[in-house]
Amino acid sequence: MSTYTKKEVGQLVDGTLAWDTVHQMLSMPKDEDRYKLYMEIIQDKMTYKHKVIMALGPHLNLAVRDGDEEIHAFCDCGKDFGHYKENWKLNANIYVRDTAEKMDQVYPRLMSPDTSWQVYREYSCPDCGTMLDIEAPTPWYPVMHDVKPDLKVFFEWVGIKAPAKI
Amino acid sequence: MTILQTLKGAELGKLLRNGLSLDENRNGILARASETGHYDGIKTLTLKEKDPIKYERIFSKVRAGLVNSREVAKKIAASPIVEQEGELCFTLYNVAGDCIATSTGIIIHVGTMGAAIKYMIQNNWEINPGINEGDMFTNNDCQTGNVHPCDIATIIPVFFEGYLCAWVGGVTHVIDTGAVGPGSMSNGQIQRFGDGLQITCRKTGVNDTPLRDWLHESQRNVRTVKYWILDEKTRIAGTSMIREMVQETIADEGVEAWDIFANEVIEDGRRGLTSRIKAMCIPGEVRTVAFVDVPYTHPDVAVPSPFAKLDSIMHAPCLITVKTDASWRLDFEGCSRWGWHTYNANPTAFTSGIWVMMTQSLVPTERINDGCRYATQFRLPKGTWTNPDDRRTAHADAWHFLVSSWSSLWRGISRTYFGRGYLEEVNSGNSNPCNWLQGGGINQDGDIHAVNSFETAACGTGACAMKDGLNNAAAIWNPEGDMGDIEIWELAEPLLYMGRTQKTNSGGYGKWRGGNGFETLRMVHASCDWTMFFMGNGYMNSDWGLMGGYPSATGYRFEAHNTGLIGEDGRIAKGLSIPLGEDLNPDDCEWEKHLGPDAVVKRDKQCITTEAIFDNGDLYLNYLRGGPGFGDPLDRLHSGAQSIEEDLNENYILPEYAKKIYGVVYTQDHEGVYTVDSAKTTAAQEQIKKDRIKRSVPVREWMKGERKNIVDNIASPQVKQMFASSFALSETFLNEFKTFWDLPADYNLLESSLGIPTFGSTKTMDISEMPDCKPVIMTEE
Repeated sequence: MSTYTKKEVGQLVDGTLAWDTVHQMLSMPKDEDRYKLYMEIIQDKMTYKHKVIMALGPHLNLAVRDGDEEIHAFCDCGKDFGHYKENWKLNANIYVRDTAEKMDQVYPRLMSPDTSWQVYREYSCPDCGTMLDIEAPTPWYPVMHDVKPDLKVFFEWVGIKAPAKI
Repeated sequence: MTILQTLKGAELGKLLRNGLSLDENRNGILARASETGHYDGIKTLTLKEKDPIKYERIFSKVRAGLVNSREVAKKIAASPIVEQEGELCFTLYNVAGDCIATSTGIIIHVGTMGAAIKYMIQNNWEINPGINEGDMFTNNDCQTGNVHPCDIATIIPVFFEGYLCAWVGGVTHVIDTGAVGPGSMSNGQIQRFGDGLQITCRKTGVNDTPLRDWLHESQRNVRTVKYWILDEKTRIAGTSMIREMVQETIADEGVEAWDIFANEVIEDGRRGLTSRIKAMCIPGEVRTVAFVDVPYTHPDVAVPSPFAKLDSIMHAPCLITVKTDASWRLDFEGCSRWGWHTYNANPTAFTSGIWVMMTQSLVPTERINDGCRYATQFRLPKGTWTNPDDRRTAHADAWHFLVSSWSSLWRGISRTYFGRGYLEEVNSGNSNPCNWLQGGGINQDGDIHAVNSFETAACGTGACAMKDGLNNAAAIWNPEGDMGDIEIWELAEPLLYMGRTQKTNSGGYGKWRGGNGFETLRMVHASCDWTMFFMGNGYMNSDWGLMGGYPSATGYRFEAHNTGLIGEDGRIAKGLSIPLGEDLNPDDCEWEKHLGPDAVVKRDKQCITTEAIFDNGDLYLNYLRGGPGFGDPLDRLHSGAQSIEEDLNENYILPEYAKKIYGVVYTQDHEGVYTVDSAKTTAAQEQIKKDRIKRSVPVREWMKGERKNIVDNIASPQVKQMFASSFALSETFLNEFKTFWDLPADYNLLESSLGIPTFGSTKTMDISEMPDCKPVIMTEE
């Protein structure tokens, strides 16, 4: 079983880890304490007091909310995107590239989708403007609820006591 | 006498030492697996635990023998597809047709050749045509597990001391199967009956000798005869080597040990997958979806039947459930219907293909075998493109839909890797590995010929969560991705290279960008009666980008006729400029400036066409796609390795889009070297964030307008067709759609209301309705 230091996991998150170590991470059995170190690293970067328990994206985490211990999705800026069982995207802002002119801002005309077939939906934080996710569905398509974690089983798997309100 | 009669003297139960028929033996394994959750009911890995050295020794011999045989055999092939791109694979199966181990190569065939063996077992090949030592069986039937007709499999039984002890399969991707359109993955045909030669587990050799009727018949049914026969020799050589290796192994280790090993190793494989899922994934549900375009109303798509003249969209939603016991379930409820094109798949192609992906993350070991399938529950609803309920369907380019749908699986499962911190495993998705340059006619040697350029085996890869994707490096279906040597392609195809370079701006933007694809400009040379066509995505992307990253660029088509390049008065003879290198920004139409005044150019988004005539001197762009990006582009480093500055200096991105997407502010010296002004870039990026807030609206507000579009029925015909097709096949999907958009209980959208051809939407005939035919079913339907 491989083990890595918090510094190495931090470098992985930052994209600065030496390739030899990355290759070892890829080719060897997974290190069991990765989750614990990863959460510490994310927590160290946050300015809010909520306790981070899972990463949904580089700037979006599930965290135990300070005060009532409910689990919500939070942007790094502190914006609360709602309870973890709900779809955080419904509390985001959206910009839809649904015309050729809007697509022209992203790719040359011949290298972007025809918006009568496909649109880009850009979900961003209404408070800080961070791009949190981009969908590329057809018009009419329901907003995707990407992940519904089973937190009870997850904390059993990682061998850590689960938050009270899962 | 009837056609169902048993061969004289043939008798069930004589092949196995246990006296069971092959079918009885397999059914017993399935029953014990179903009852216990363990392959063949094996709760204890007896051999592995009691004699681990012996277990590992047998496995090592088998695996090394498979890989070695593949490497040796592929040197026999002349086809660049096999010899250059490694489009071949050898696999060892137990007597039930379940995979023990496989070689490197196109390992989707872990399952496909196993499905053919199971078909022979289930349909009593044991008594007719009989299974004997030295027999060879050939299969490429898409109704019998194959992906598409060009994957030709040779399957041989392995006997030891008079009893069957294993099967060996070898598969190569041949250049042509005699379909309506030339090339191995052609389009134009819309039914099986135009999809090329299809062979259903036919006995094509006895006593280690190919039968003469088979050799004569098969060669005259394809265009590329010499490649065909050399591919056949490749498969025969490889399978024969492996058979010898297995027999030697059994002689060394004992037949009892072999019999235990041949089943235990599959249970071991099942456990291997569940342990990796538990170690890397997050239990719960992940939803993904993928799409790709089928633009068939365009005049450059010629099909034989009017009911195929339809624009449609492949729809592949997937609910991934990572279960408490660390097995997983992939449910494709809501997929759109199969169609009148060559992109239909079948369940084995779909399920077996998953392992091509998973060997690159969840099962990155040499122990890929059918155990993974036993740890996975697939649900592929009957009637969808993943599981057609009509025996007329065509499959020549099943990959168009398969690779498109799989890109979303990468995205989905990567969300769980990311959540736990295994960033090194995250993949934003695979590129749509195309264009497929195909065509045929009379080549530069005066032979009837067909081509399928496998340059697409080296597209851009998706971004990781801690590094950029690779440029022009790989394709999802071939772990050994290679673009091939120009010199070899020029020998195989009457097409000269005018340029080959990475495709600027084709990878998706992000904190980590997707890898760029590449492009080659080919000029037809020294051919006679030559045609070509395009095959890829154009109006849509099949990848999305992940966690704020952008999808890759879509495809486009460039072809030029009557170019004025060749001949005594041509631009080449006169020393004038000619199109070379890259099509840097396709909107600028740079290449057109270097053609004669009468040139006819097609530059558009119609990336699926059927055969068009190309004269010598005509041009064809082969643009191989990039991969999707990861994370907010504004997080990308300004300078250093994997940065915006590097993107500019290495020509990975057009400066115009570096400004628009990354907000970069730079200077450029007299030699053209870019230097990013980090302070000004940071300020510009802050403004981009403010602009995002300003131009966007709350999602719930936007939903009101989108709902109105649905209620008012405002969408393109192809979008409506996609939803109507999925609604007709899935009440669940319809209800989820209605619930999300808060639509009336009686809302529906019927294909019959759209004014488009709907052949196949109401009455179908499945292969299971054929007389004396028991299809192999290994998924929920």
